[in-house]
Amino acid sequence: MKRVYVNEEWCLGCHLCEYNCAFANSGARDMVSALKGKPLVSRIRVEGDGRITYAVSCRHCTDPLCVTCCISGALRREDGVVRIDRGKCVGCLTCVLVCPYGAVAPGPDGAALKCELCLQNSCGAPACAAGCPNRAIVYEEREEERS
Amino acid sequence: MSGIQYLFPEYEVVRNDDRCIRCRVCERQCANEVHCYDEGRDKMFSDESKCVNCQRCVSLCPTRALKIVKSDCRLRENANWDSDTIREIYKQAGSGGVLLSSMGNPKPLPVYWDKILINASQVTNPSIDPLREPMETRVFLGKKPEKIVRGEDGRLVTDLPPQLELSLPVMFSAMSYGSISYNAHASLARAAAELGTCYNTGEGGLHEDFYPYGPHTIVQVASGRFGVHEDYLEAGAAIEIKMGQGAKPGIGGHLPGAKVGPDVSRTRMIPEGSDAISPAPHHDIYSIEDLRQLVWSLKEATGHRKPVIVKVAAVHNIAAIASGIARSGADILAIDGFRGGTGAAPTRIRDNVGIPVELALAAVDQRLRDEGIRSQVSLVVGGSIRSSADVVKAVALGADACYIATAAVLALGCHLCRTCQSGKCNWGIATQRPDLVKRLNPDIGSERLINLLTAWKHEIKELMGGMGINSIEALRGNRKMLRGVGLNETELRILGIAHAGE
Amino acid sequence: MKRYVIIGGGAAGTSCAEAVRRTDPQGEITLVSQERVSGYGRPLISYYLEGKTDIPRMSRVGLGFYERNCITALHGVGAASLDAAAHRVTLEDGRQLPYDALCLCTGSFPFSPRFEGIETVPRRFFFTTLEDALALEQAVTKESRVLIVGAGFIGLKCAEGLRDRAGSITVCDLADRAMSVSLDGQCSVILERHLEKNGIRLMLGNTAARFEGGCAVMQHGERVDFDILVIAIGVRPATSLAAQAGAAIGRGITIDETGKTSLPDVWAAGDCTESTELTTGQTAVMAILPNAAQQGECAGINMAGGSAVFTAGMRMNSIGFFGLHVMSAGTCQGDAAFCEVTETSCRKLYVQEGVLKGYVLIGDVRKAGIYTAMIRDRVPLEGVDLEAVGREPSLLPLGQATRRRKLGGVV
Repeated sequence: MKRVYVNEEWCLGCHLCEYNCAFANSGARDMVSALKGKPLVSRIRVEGDGRITYAVSCRHCTDPLCVTCCISGALRREDGVVRIDRGKCVGCLTCVLVCPYGAVAPGPDGAALKCELCLQNSCGAPACAAGCPNRAIVYEEREEERS
Repeated sequence: MSGIQYLFPEYEVVRNDDRCIRCRVCERQCANEVHCYDEGRDKMFSDESKCVNCQRCVSLCPTRALKIVKSDCRLRENANWDSDTIREIYKQAGSGGVLLSSMGNPKPLPVYWDKILINASQVTNPSIDPLREPMETRVFLGKKPEKIVRGEDGRLVTDLPPQLELSLPVMFSAMSYGSISYNAHASLARAAAELGTCYNTGEGGLHEDFYPYGPHTIVQVASGRFGVHEDYLEAGAAIEIKMGQGAKPGIGGHLPGAKVGPDVSRTRMIPEGSDAISPAPHHDIYSIEDLRQLVWSLKEATGHRKPVIVKVAAVHNIAAIASGIARSGADILAIDGFRGGTGAAPTRIRDNVGIPVELALAAVDQRLRDEGIRSQVSLVVGGSIRSSADVVKAVALGADACYIATAAVLALGCHLCRTCQSGKCNWGIATQRPDLVKRLNPDIGSERLINLLTAWKHEIKELMGGMGINSIEALRGNRKMLRGVGLNETELRILGIAHAGE
Repeated sequence: MKRYVIIGGGAAGTSCAEAVRRTDPQGEITLVSQERVSGYGRPLISYYLEGKTDIPRMSRVGLGFYERNCITALHGVGAASLDAAAHRVTLEDGRQLPYDALCLCTGSFPFSPRFEGIETVPRRFFFTTLEDALALEQAVTKESRVLIVGAGFIGLKCAEGLRDRAGSITVCDLADRAMSVSLDGQCSVILERHLEKNGIRLMLGNTAARFEGGCAVMQHGERVDFDILVIAIGVRPATSLAAQAGAAIGRGITIDETGKTSLPDVWAAGDCTESTELTTGQTAVMAILPNAAQQGECAGINMAGGSAVFTAGMRMNSIGFFGLHVMSAGTCQGDAAFCEVTETSCRKLYVQEGVLKGYVLIGDVRKAGIYTAMIRDRVPLEGVDLEAVGREPSLLPLGQATRRRKLGGVV
């Protein structure tokens, strides 16, 4: 299946992915009205130090700990994609406690927030990858070999 | 700096605050540190005195909130003392130094390509549709036999001197590793291999990672002899002796020690952090005879398997110089015009030395024909070939192929801000700073170069087809296909073309 | 066709059943649940009282779980006895279930010390099952004075759940601080202040000594009048079925890393078991949902002939009270290697033998899972800037090669 892959080598640390993500999931028609003067709510984040930067979002693990450990059953894996039913989520953040990538975040409404490959918004394909200026984030098929 | 030292910034950063979402991408992306964010006031500020108008921030701003405009703070109008001239005086009065700049001559000197028009077939000789009929854009560079030779058995003798095969008459010209980044080189190497043409190492040697691209690499031997060794010469498809460069004829080169990091140091075979100074002349070449020795030395060193190119800047006596080079044993002569780019050159040299390559090419082609030695060398021209039309015009004026470099770096993202010499290229091209180098992903770079030349190839075929010509060979030196507009008698004579309407 | 029997319908039981089905599409699975509703997330009961969820949404396994997985579910009946030699379970209603593989997911039961006069309290409750929550919901009115004995996870979550439903809430505990098992004094005070700010009255280092009807007489002599009493002192593994069948039992049913008990063809998972704790290497009962779910899954795979081990058992907890999140994992002993404490937040990291052993976060809990993974994977901290890691968890300490594999590959 197509996945989001991160090439650390090419990450510029520009943080555009975070803004593209926040916009894609805002439901707003343009980025300015979606993001101006509002706290950034992103499902991807750039981390690193002065030298190294890379973006991290949900890896859609084959055996996702967040799904196994979810107390409410809000997280589930469907066709290889880890999805969240935010209406079911009670915001206990056990997923935040167990996700080894730090890829699940507490949302502003208390429920957990995570990347669903933009399947749940109007983009249809991950906005982070589409907007990455240096192909540090790509959405593609790769030979799938579990590491 | 203030008072008499103060120079008003050339550009203004215009930020549409209604659109700015304070994502600070501009701030993170500007190596010149123009933008900064004031957390207390939740405002972005710009220090335009540092702005070089490279447009990196403009290109990456997700809400299109930025534009860079030329400042309208003007010195008093003066047709003689224009504002650039006055500013240069101020700068030199402050610094006492030689002015440095980069890329090609920006002055409004005539661009002859734009005064030459191409013919097309109507009625009497049919044009050719390149989508339906084969079109040959392949060229071979190197010495060609004067006449057909048959052996004792009557068969054709086909053992030609070494040739450089190109799928289209365009190559990437010399840009050294050091002046441009590793990723820029990687992009050029990959694109050249994919396209079936060549790129050129420049005088910086060949990074060990790029040896696999050897069959598509021209290795250069310049006055500093940086990075030249046996494996290097063996690695290339051809060897180029650089005698001169269009952007700065008559002077050498200078790569500041700051750009000589571990990789560049190893590749150039010079100590880390030391300035890489290419002398103005080759200290072993003071005559055509000396040049001939170097040409033959390089041929001997590589078993006469590789064509040798001699590259010179287009200068006043270019025709005579070309004649000498053709007789020196060189297989290919490259002529670099005065609008050619550079990573750094003294401004006065860049803007005032050398001649337009169009005139040089026409003069050289004619002279070699007149002397009956045209087939002894192939001619390559560079120095601001900007489009497929320039390529077609150059071929019709007598060139076998063209060199492009500025067009190539534009494809890689260069916005012609002309501050390569600062080493802070925001597009990751003319820099060695790792954080900036990584901004050029060779996957993207090579793809864009391939796109560019693929497009040009299509256009060359269209233009050829329109003239009823189906092979580059039949276009070469075919000056009847060209007409001049707005040119005087002398210009037309040198170019060897008739005026439009004639 | 292999016959599987699973006793218990909590996280361990349902995860086990699902794993069995995934591994063996043919086998016959029977799941026995004492409760009338199974498959719900047990920690959700406080959120139910709080109104953040409802019974349909509380199902962890989703609608149609048993049908989808072809599982025969027997609700409202417990297992009475187990004959391990005969491979047979007898239910309370006399039915007999022969099995080829059995998994005990009997969970835990609330523990209550013998309080003097406890029988005189008319309305007393535990708080571990949905039935407990529903009963409390019935009993509590806007005027109710609630006394909760025990300021651990269960007691405090109960307090949060009931706050908007009751008149007043008092939580008392023998320990001198809230959540004494996982928080030290420096951390618990942050939580205590926050609870008190949100209207919970705390009586710490002072628990009920005896009861007189609607009044608790405290150890220090005060009298606390209440309408509703919740006993939330702790839970104990439910091991009687296993014990009666002769299984090896410590504080819980002893299992190995595959989930196997000492009895042939009998596995166990979840709160009823004890197993090796990762950070100490010692045997411990780790009665938390993530553990139960993972153990159940592991046991299920092995029961159905697959091969799995679960060695990542450790204490961990994510819990929030009135918007303040508290997370802890692993073992937090000795001096913290990184410590940053303010009035309202806390970050503490515990390092031993060059690896992270435990942490406590209060307030900003973002990306805490990276710490949890660092504990589990024993990521070496040599040369790692602990200050930077302490301030913000990141994948930097993993090194470029590992990151390339994880972020650029399938995990």
